[in-house]
Amino acid sequence: MSEAELSRGADLALETRAPEASRPDARIAAPPAGTRPLRVALAGVPNCGKTALFNALTGARQKVANYAGVTVERKEGAAVTPLGRKLAILDLPGTYSLRARSPDEAITRDAVLGRLAGEAEPDVVVCVADATSLRVALRLALELKAAGRPMVLALNMIDIATRQGLEIDIEGLSRDLGMPIVATVATRRRGVDLLLQAVETAAETTPAAATWREPSGAELRALHREAERLIKARVKPPKRPDTWTGRLDNVLLHPVGGLVVLLVLLFVMFQAVFLAANPLNDLITGGFDWLAGGVGALLPEGILKSFVCDALISGVGSVLVFLPQILVLFLFIILLEDVGYMARAAFLMDKIMGGAGLHGRAFIPLLSSHACAIPGIMATRVIDQRRDRLTTILVAPLTTCSARIPVYTLIISAFVPNRRLFGWISEQGLVMLGLYATGILSALSVAFVIRKVFWRGASEPFLMELPAYKLPDARNVARQVWQRGEIFLRRAGTIILSMMVVVWGLAKIPLPPAGARGPAIDYSFAGMIGHALQPLLHPIGFSWQMSVALIPGMAAREVAVGALGTVYAVSGGDESVGVLGHALASHWSLASALAFLAWYVFAPQCASTLGVVKRETNSWKWPAIMFAYMVTLAYIAAFITYRTAVALGAG
Amino acid sequence: MRRLSEFDPQGGAPASDSGAVTALSVGRKGFAGVIVAVRAPENAGGLGAAEIERRLVEMGFVEDAPVEIVHEGLFGRDPIAIRLADRTVALRRKEAGAVLVRPKILAGAKP
Repeated sequence: MSEAELSRGADLALETRAPEASRPDARIAAPPAGTRPLRVALAGVPNCGKTALFNALTGARQKVANYAGVTVERKEGAAVTPLGRKLAILDLPGTYSLRARSPDEAITRDAVLGRLAGEAEPDVVVCVADATSLRVALRLALELKAAGRPMVLALNMIDIATRQGLEIDIEGLSRDLGMPIVATVATRRRGVDLLLQAVETAAETTPAAATWREPSGAELRALHREAERLIKARVKPPKRPDTWTGRLDNVLLHPVGGLVVLLVLLFVMFQAVFLAANPLNDLITGGFDWLAGGVGALLPEGILKSFVCDALISGVGSVLVFLPQILVLFLFIILLEDVGYMARAAFLMDKIMGGAGLHGRAFIPLLSSHACAIPGIMATRVIDQRRDRLTTILVAPLTTCSARIPVYTLIISAFVPNRRLFGWISEQGLVMLGLYATGILSALSVAFVIRKVFWRGASEPFLMELPAYKLPDARNVARQVWQRGEIFLRRAGTIILSMMVVVWGLAKIPLPPAGARGPAIDYSFAGMIGHALQPLLHPIGFSWQMSVALIPGMAAREVAVGALGTVYAVSGGDESVGVLGHALASHWSLASALAFLAWYVFAPQCASTLGVVKRETNSWKWPAIMFAYMVTLAYIAAFITYRTAVALGAG
Repeated sequence: MRRLSEFDPQGGAPASDSGAVTALSVGRKGFAGVIVAVRAPENAGGLGAAEIERRLVEMGFVEDAPVEIVHEGLFGRDPIAIRLADRTVALRRKEAGAVLVRPKILAGAKP
């Protein structure tokens, strides 16, 4: 891939057209102290490099939260102009038009127009444009102008445009559009200071009246014609257009070859999650064992030592140990997104998803659900049609999320031999792949049933840009992977840790009476709950310890691992994943282990998911439906698995 | 799938020697031409004709834009990827029926 389009090596002189920005006396006339930060909103069409520009402008100074009242992710960052003015930069969801078609796009429209509850209108709107694909970008810029806010156009990816021999008369275009234009290369931080300066200057111009209203088809065409006219007058078409994207697509979008490549990619992804993350896991396990040992030596024997070592350190440690796998999985997802392959995957999958009554776009939320159903469910807002979206939300938790990995890993490593098939395929990885396949197939089948039996309506049109391939930017990818990791850690730190403490308490209290025989946990609340559920779960082969683990496992699936650890550690023995695996192998029959896996494929063992569904659908009806159908499926699946395994002699 | 006969030539640009106006939905890979009209049939269902038309226009399907079908899906040759001026856009043949195209005289000829 040494062709110019795919490398980022070429140097170029950045052009800029922001004449008012160069004021030599401005340093003296510093802004008065206590001036509030300028509010800057970044808007742009999808794939224009907006997020990369946001990262270049704000660096690590970012806050990820939600917009008030809705669940669209709100990314804000801080920046300082070369003259010392503070900026608060808002990264808005990508959109082709202010005519919002989804909740995300509605946020962009309302933010630009200053209609968002709890948010003031932006002082400056920066329209980010991909310099190699100006038509749609200029049309959006023209539409944004009607919002009346002072504007700056960031001509991003100017390096690629230059290499293609695309000539843009920036000065002329700036005059025609009536806004300053700054050329940028977000991934290399080029033009960032000039852009910040242009924003500061633009903020001094008086906002015009907002005249935007939803454009009709004819008005959209008129805007497009205007954009076309600007391009004809100010842009010379590329002398060396990008040919790599077309050549790659001949393979990657080939009707048969493309699907083969996609399947291979998914296979490599799951093998990588297993094989690449293992050494890191061992490192973390070792670290936490050392920590628990060190701290334990300092504390006197008794309930406090047990609390610190068994509840706090072991609890968090046995969850943290899976962070490497989660990061590897997100690395793949984010890489595929940044390279531009995700849209191709949606293209290849559209007919298959359509066969199950899902939209091709549902592929992305469902693939994200493999990391965690929560971002996956939140990503369903790219699907505008309510029923398409609800169907995707309902089936998203059936895909194998990363929180199942700890549970699967534990059971698989305890019951599946660590051998290689044909010398390179891990048998454990193969079982894992089977569990993933079951998750995908059941998600598609349930979607099919929902769409063909309960809702038979027209589905959303599939309309999606296939962006030019780009080499991913290491820093951007790293930042995004880290952000996801942080979100996981925050969950581990709050929900999971508090649940671990609760489980430890349930398993310890009340203390066994003096002179009692048998393990202490038999006398605890956990024992009581486990025994109470026993008759219900006995037909599917669950012991009372397994039943106990399911209760804290409701907070987050991975908690079940820590809970099993607590249950078995409390009833005698030390705990780390390896030791716990041995404990399970000696306490459980293979049939029970398989039934437990089957249960975990389907069961709604995640209160956070149900909470997010409630927030996303604004009703308790949908989480209730989700809980009911998933518990039913889980019970049936575990029952069939257990009975079959027992009949085959694995009981 | 939208057929030629559904299109009323009086409404669009007059047909020329280069061939009759064709719905983009019936083209095969390599089919190229220029858009003469974007209009969804009244019975488009789902979102309604006007909304489908606006979405197509937003994605760059506008009159006079050059189009070429560059990729087809495996099952039923659906969806299709369209080279549209300087971008590539994917859509299903169902919606492509709203895009009416005057084909180039020589299929596959490089300008």
